[in-house]
Amino acid sequence: MPPILEIRGLEARVDDKPILRGIDLTVNPGEVHAIMGPNGSGKSTLAQVLAGRETYAVTAGEVRYLGADLLTRAPEERAREGLFLAFQYPVEIAGVSNVYLLKAALNAARRHRGEPELDAMDFLALVRGKLKAMEMPEDLIYRSVNEGFSGGEKKRNEILQMALLEPKLAILDEADSGLDIDALQVVARGINALRAPGRAMIVVTHYQRLLDYVVPDFVHVLSQGRIVRSGGKELALELESRGYGWIDDAAPAAVRAQ
Amino acid sequence: MNTAVRERPSDRAGREALERALAAWPAIAPGLPGMHASGIAKLRENALARFRASGFPTARDEEWKYTDLSALTARSFMQVPGDVQAATTEPLPHHALFDDLGGHRLAFVDGRHAPELSSIGPLPDGVRIESLGAALLRDPAALETWLADSRGHSAMAALNAAFMADGALVIVPAAVELAEPIHLVFLGATASTVQPRNLIVVGEHSKCTLIEHYAGSAPTFTNALTQAFLARDADVEYCKLQDEGERALHVGGTHVAQAQGSRFAGHSVSLGASLARHDVTAIFDGERCTATLDGLYLAGGRQHVDHHTRIDHAQPHGTSREHFRGILDGRSRGVFNGRIVVHPGAQQSDAWLTSRNLLLSADAEADTKPQLEIYADDVKCAHGATVGQLDENELFYLRSRGFDAAAARSVLTWAFARSALDAIRLAPLRAHLERACLDRLPQALPLAELA
Repeated sequence: MPPILEIRGLEARVDDKPILRGIDLTVNPGEVHAIMGPNGSGKSTLAQVLAGRETYAVTAGEVRYLGADLLTRAPEERAREGLFLAFQYPVEIAGVSNVYLLKAALNAARRHRGEPELDAMDFLALVRGKLKAMEMPEDLIYRSVNEGFSGGEKKRNEILQMALLEPKLAILDEADSGLDIDALQVVARGINALRAPGRAMIVVTHYQRLLDYVVPDFVHVLSQGRIVRSGGKELALELESRGYGWIDDAAPAAVRAQ
Repeated sequence: MNTAVRERPSDRAGREALERALAAWPAIAPGLPGMHASGIAKLRENALARFRASGFPTARDEEWKYTDLSALTARSFMQVPGDVQAATTEPLPHHALFDDLGGHRLAFVDGRHAPELSSIGPLPDGVRIESLGAALLRDPAALETWLADSRGHSAMAALNAAFMADGALVIVPAAVELAEPIHLVFLGATASTVQPRNLIVVGEHSKCTLIEHYAGSAPTFTNALTQAFLARDADVEYCKLQDEGERALHVGGTHVAQAQGSRFAGHSVSLGASLARHDVTAIFDGERCTATLDGLYLAGGRQHVDHHTRIDHAQPHGTSREHFRGILDGRSRGVFNGRIVVHPGAQQSDAWLTSRNLLLSADAEADTKPQLEIYADDVKCAHGATVGQLDENELFYLRSRGFDAAAARSVLTWAFARSALDAIRLAPLRAHLERACLDRLPQALPLAELA
């Protein structure tokens, strides 16, 4: 099978400040890649650039998604093609109910695939099952999107959306931040339930904690806008015990080695 | 330097309109209802004198700084179409009758009571819902005290007080809860100047819901004046909907006087007219009054919409809540001036006012000014005002879920608008208001499902 995502020499800036300074990454179907790194290393920027955030200007490089150029597409086209970003800070939208967002998002993707839209009954049956899996009370879907949700509820809501949309590539940006251990396990179960041979995931995380539950196939360490180290899941453990200082020290050497 | 005072064109238009009004008065006055009663005749003449002294408001009046009536409204005020035969009659907007609302409807066409479009159901003893013009002919003295209360009235209200010919009279005696709403609907059919006068009197411990609604595509100039008197512990929900056509000019005042413990929940929804100005005032004449004033205005093109509100905490333990929202597109302009006056001795007053404006175009403009004047020391007052665009984070979040950019914008715009209608208790009315707003918003999606 061809790769789901191929990133080559990706550079991006915000307000003329370089954030990503040459990223190369290939993600194949069925793989889970963890991207780790200290604050400010560019992890979230990478996630947002892949989802199409216009705040960031891509200045060099290429990204191919399912074999086609990704960067020229609008965020909504990427979403309908099965690219999903779980936000680090899910946005509160007053006056738009969660159920409206979920249904509109699902039907936008279905229309794009040429499938019939789900009616209200079928949709509710589907969403109820997913809610149960995420241990979320049903009334959360009738409230405004993320408005007044606790930190944990917001994160679960992101995974709920992912579960409904069944993306081909899921990018999870700090899916575990702010979660207690129970909520973390629920979120991790939600993520693991979606692991599938045809689907890939990029798990962006500062801490190794989530990776105890969502075990990655590859771990990449981002520092100053570059991947300075790649390895298996044991790399995450090494980072945990040695800290990011070790990577920062190693960064210049790694760059020179390229 | 040329020291000769040269009259500005807007001043000339205002002066000419004032002259038209004064010249027309001797011929019109004898035919106005209530002139046979000395009290009403005096009231009209005093009002005319007040208007003569002030003239049409101009930008030099602080209260009319952003809304210069002398230029726009004066031009069409009391201009009789040259050829009456050729005057076009616009089809009546029958959808504006809100047939599914139930309750009681008092309809007016070009300012005149239209019994054929009205429908008043069975009423509890003592409740009156009728033409004010007819009541002024029958028993003017009974209405004099209320009509003479000109607190909070502008120059335009004085003009109305002089020329008022018809409107609604609603009287609810003490201890009556009217379950069904009262829909006062004013339809414009021809190019005309109409000055509706509405008088609402609600007795002790009584409760009712009123809708004052203006619709029609004719180029009318409306100068409306509504007074509401709430007796002790009365509870009134009131909604003004201005949904006129783009050629209409609308000036209106709603003035509420509240006795002890009364509750007034007012909503102003202003959607149409090329120029709309609403003055809303509430005076707490007794302790422990509550007033909530909410507003929503949508404007596009070159529309101009102006709300001036004033709440007088004249007695202790009063609570007021004000929340206005505007959505401005094209080259439109929205004005909100919210004034709260806490009088000396009005301790434990609790006032809160916010105004939020959403600008959908770079050429739209919002002027918003909260004004708190506090002359008591034990009070709780807060205000806030924002003018901004759609939130980029919210737009991106929706797009990342598959909404195209236009759909995301219309979803967020609609969400902003409809949350201003949440407080409307009467569900079928809320549905009508939502529909009226949706009709005027760009729609890239079936937004009605959004709720």
